[in-house]
Amino acid sequence: MSQRLPEPWGLLIDRSRTIRFTFEGARIDACAGDTVSSALLARGDWLLGRSLKYHRPRGPFTLTGDDANTLIQLGDTHNVPAEQVPAQSGLTVTGQHYSGSLRRDRARLTERFARFLPVGFYYHAFYRPRGIWDYWERFIRRAAGLGRVNTAAGHGYYDKNYAFCDVAVVGGGVAGLAAALAAAEDGADTVVIERESLCGGGLNYHRFDAEGESGAKVRNELMRALEAQPRVRIWTDTTCTGRFGDNLLALIHGDRLTKLRAGRVVIATGAIGQPAVFHGNDLPAIALGSGVQRLMRLYGVRPGQRAVCVTANADGYGVALDLADAGVDVASVVDLRRTPDPDPRVDAVHARGIAVHTGCAIRHATERNQRVAGLRIVDRERIDDAAAPGVDFDCDLVTVDVGATPAVSLIAHAGGDVSYSESNHGLAIRSLPPGMHVAGSVCGPCTLTSAQREGQAAGRAAARAEAAALPDPTLRDGPTNDGWPIFPHSKGKEFVDFDEDLMIKDLVNATKEGFSSIELVKRFSTVGMGPSQGRTAAVNAVRLVADATGEALEGARASTNRPPAFPEKYGHLAGRGFDPVRYTAMQRCHEVADARMMVAGAWLRPAWYGGDRQEAINREVKAVREAVAVIDVSTLGGIEVRGEDAAEFLNRMYTFAYKKQPVNRSRYLLMTDDTGSIVDDGVAARLGEDYYYVTATTGGVENVYRRMLWWNAQWRLDVDIINVTAAYAGINIAGPYSRRALERLDSDIDFSAAAFPYMEVRTGHVAGIPVRAMRVGFVGELGYELHCPASYGEALWEQLMAAGEPDGIRPFGVEAQRVLRLEKGHIIVGQDTDNLTHPTEAAMGWAIARRKPFFVGRPGIEAREQHTLTRQLVGFQLPADTATLPEESHLVVDGEAILGRVTSIAWSQTLGRPIGMAFVSPAQAEAGRHFTIKAQRGNRIEAEVVDTPFYDPDNERQNL
Amino acid sequence: MKLMNCPLNGWRNIGEFVYGGEVRPAPGADADTETWADWVFMVDNQAGVVREWWFHAPTSYWFIAERDTANDTLIRTYPAAEIFTERVEFASGEKSS
Repeated sequence: MSQRLPEPWGLLIDRSRTIRFTFEGARIDACAGDTVSSALLARGDWLLGRSLKYHRPRGPFTLTGDDANTLIQLGDTHNVPAEQVPAQSGLTVTGQHYSGSLRRDRARLTERFARFLPVGFYYHAFYRPRGIWDYWERFIRRAAGLGRVNTAAGHGYYDKNYAFCDVAVVGGGVAGLAAALAAAEDGADTVVIERESLCGGGLNYHRFDAEGESGAKVRNELMRALEAQPRVRIWTDTTCTGRFGDNLLALIHGDRLTKLRAGRVVIATGAIGQPAVFHGNDLPAIALGSGVQRLMRLYGVRPGQRAVCVTANADGYGVALDLADAGVDVASVVDLRRTPDPDPRVDAVHARGIAVHTGCAIRHATERNQRVAGLRIVDRERIDDAAAPGVDFDCDLVTVDVGATPAVSLIAHAGGDVSYSESNHGLAIRSLPPGMHVAGSVCGPCTLTSAQREGQAAGRAAARAEAAALPDPTLRDGPTNDGWPIFPHSKGKEFVDFDEDLMIKDLVNATKEGFSSIELVKRFSTVGMGPSQGRTAAVNAVRLVADATGEALEGARASTNRPPAFPEKYGHLAGRGFDPVRYTAMQRCHEVADARMMVAGAWLRPAWYGGDRQEAINREVKAVREAVAVIDVSTLGGIEVRGEDAAEFLNRMYTFAYKKQPVNRSRYLLMTDDTGSIVDDGVAARLGEDYYYVTATTGGVENVYRRMLWWNAQWRLDVDIINVTAAYAGINIAGPYSRRALERLDSDIDFSAAAFPYMEVRTGHVAGIPVRAMRVGFVGELGYELHCPASYGEALWEQLMAAGEPDGIRPFGVEAQRVLRLEKGHIIVGQDTDNLTHPTEAAMGWAIARRKPFFVGRPGIEAREQHTLTRQLVGFQLPADTATLPEESHLVVDGEAILGRVTSIAWSQTLGRPIGMAFVSPAQAEAGRHFTIKAQRGNRIEAEVVDTPFYDPDNERQNL
Repeated sequence: MKLMNCPLNGWRNIGEFVYGGEVRPAPGADADTETWADWVFMVDNQAGVVREWWFHAPTSYWFIAERDTANDTLIRTYPAAEIFTERVEFASGEKSS
């Protein structure tokens, strides 16, 4: 049966457009503008979910999504508050956390065993004997948790937005709108963040007066002024989930996370209505008065046929008036106060002849058909007397207005102090964090006019970057909070925390177990730890814990509030999943040549070219050893060091000696860190007396550059240090025909053996392209490394390919390079070394110049040389017929004792057998000794230590 | 995310910066092993005002920040040259290599 009210009820819905979706398999007809929750309530369905522990029926309580009663499953997405899901055609919605069906949940049987499931049950029951939890865990896991996770779900499209403003106003209710207007009028670039689709907050549905007209009037005035104000951006459907350092706000809008950096923040997040705690207070159709008003005003839904309005202030009388206006039979207003304060709404209720009971307590609510069916009230003085006479009401709706708690999460994130105030009967802000202003009911109960006035003051102060102040309590008034809306029942079921199914006795028992502070009670009982983060539980928990422990209520704190204030998805945090890589200048050439690319540091590099991996590697290795080949080495780091102290600087940064290095020569570089461990290597080309061009590893250059700058910030040597990695493209041309190929190109460099010997450096031109040419033994053959400005990289590559064509030139990739360099016994820093490898372990002692006064790592190296060597890096070979090669990181063992590990291994086409490098014990390090590798599936493979280089041990080929 | 005032670039998100450890001048080249080990491995990790190296990564700039670790506030940032005013020499330079 449709429960729709006629217009003007239903501000947000469009009755002319029907939306169809399914809930629990049933077809639901909704109006455009409905939420899933309002569409179901329009059918009279208040049952939306099942409680965590006892599987009790639950329905909307706050009607804003602030409680966890209405978490639903939307296809693959779980735990979505039904109030926050716009009804859309084609949605498939189900309830969560039941066995069987939502309406007939077999697991509700659990409730009968409630007394066997005391607070801390899991801690007590599964503590001993050891292992008991491991056994029971799978059964408990199956029964626990909310919703179904689709573990096969792909990465959706989420993105991130970065935004800036002078003043951010969180909350678009009356205080927030007034603040934004004042800030913008003062010249501030202002953003309003509103969680809902419509600004106005309570202005849209709350009854501030007997006639119910002032809300809409104020809203229209404010919105008209704001729309004319160009300095205000209003972001609706946007939730602020956290406030981080220096006013960085995290905002969620759909699948987008915006990080908003605000100069000042005005918090106008309002207050959240709180439940009364009585037997059966969690039944569906017991809801906040404000929620019921929203339902009627925004969605045009008649929430029930016969209502009881429980209240402790005049707002509840306003709710009764609204219900009466909507044609709902109001059985009674039940006022917890003995003597209500005067208010026009109270008078109006009396004038309409609605029954009012004052000085009441709630004994219990009754249930029929998984919904509230009645309420029994007793005299408040006699609540402890089980025999006290009561008054029973039949009803299908109970509204609750017994107090509200300020939505202070963001203030707490920023370090503001919030504690219980006995004058307010609720949590109150005691001090504000820097850069944050407040206005409206977040500061405690207030009226429409005081909220508006505070908003204006806060907005203006924020725009002018003035000191923030808390509103003067003597200037405000508002709906009172009841100090103790808690009515224990002999049979329990008075829920304090709906998320976690915690009753009064659970919290009291937690304190009896010795958990005497709210933080400890929280961890033991889980109060406030559910999806609603204590928004409807914290205040009553604070009251109960203070009472049970005998501590003062004044100044008592709720448990710590941490971001996120509202749930975020992992997708929001992960964003689009960018995996940026850098291309070298020759990327197009590699693509044309069918390169298979791999990630190397921040770059993409060709791993091999075309076809089957091993065949391609063998082909490329053969080309280098027997003809000529080129490799793109642009990703190697390049650093220029210039200045009078250039040689002195390199002497301090690297282990070798550079002062007497001749101009136009290059020299090996080995860098160690403060502990004396190897961190990088490369080549220093001396281009002039005061001018070095230094290479570094692809992955290491950023760190090398950073360390260089850090040390020289202290040494103050006269050098300029510049990272030119991306400014230069680099090509290594290697192989016995490399000189012949180069000489086919027009050049002002004499490449002949006599004029350009090994380890020399030349600056000149090749085919008209400016180059730095270094004759190096990169892969152990005659070879030249040509570095040119990156913009020439592609041209130089094409020139070299054309020049080498008569000799069968081909490009080679990183995989072939590794084999070639391994054959020469060259180590790869970071693969053949780890964070603790010092030069002696890697047999690199030759690269240390002992006679210079200092280099970075020297004290570490010298200290470690005093200790016995525990491992040594050696070359090894395996028999040619080894069926399956061990892999890098397989262990070198003696029995079960670990002696070391394989660091590199490859099939050497040149040598016709597998070769590798491994850390072994020093006792095994001599050539000819054998050691054991524990390979796949524990297979033990014998390896033989051999001297390096494996190939061309006398280095004749690179000296050709 | 907090903001930091880079002496070269002004106020930037802290995510652009890299922490570089406490400012403690390195021992002399001839210091003994214990002194060096202490410098390499031991940090003071004080609660209170500390002086630290920070690096603005996009512009590769090292500078010094003073901040209070007890209340997570930034007090002052300035160029390293304010502290490191003199060229550091090691012995009499290179001997014969």
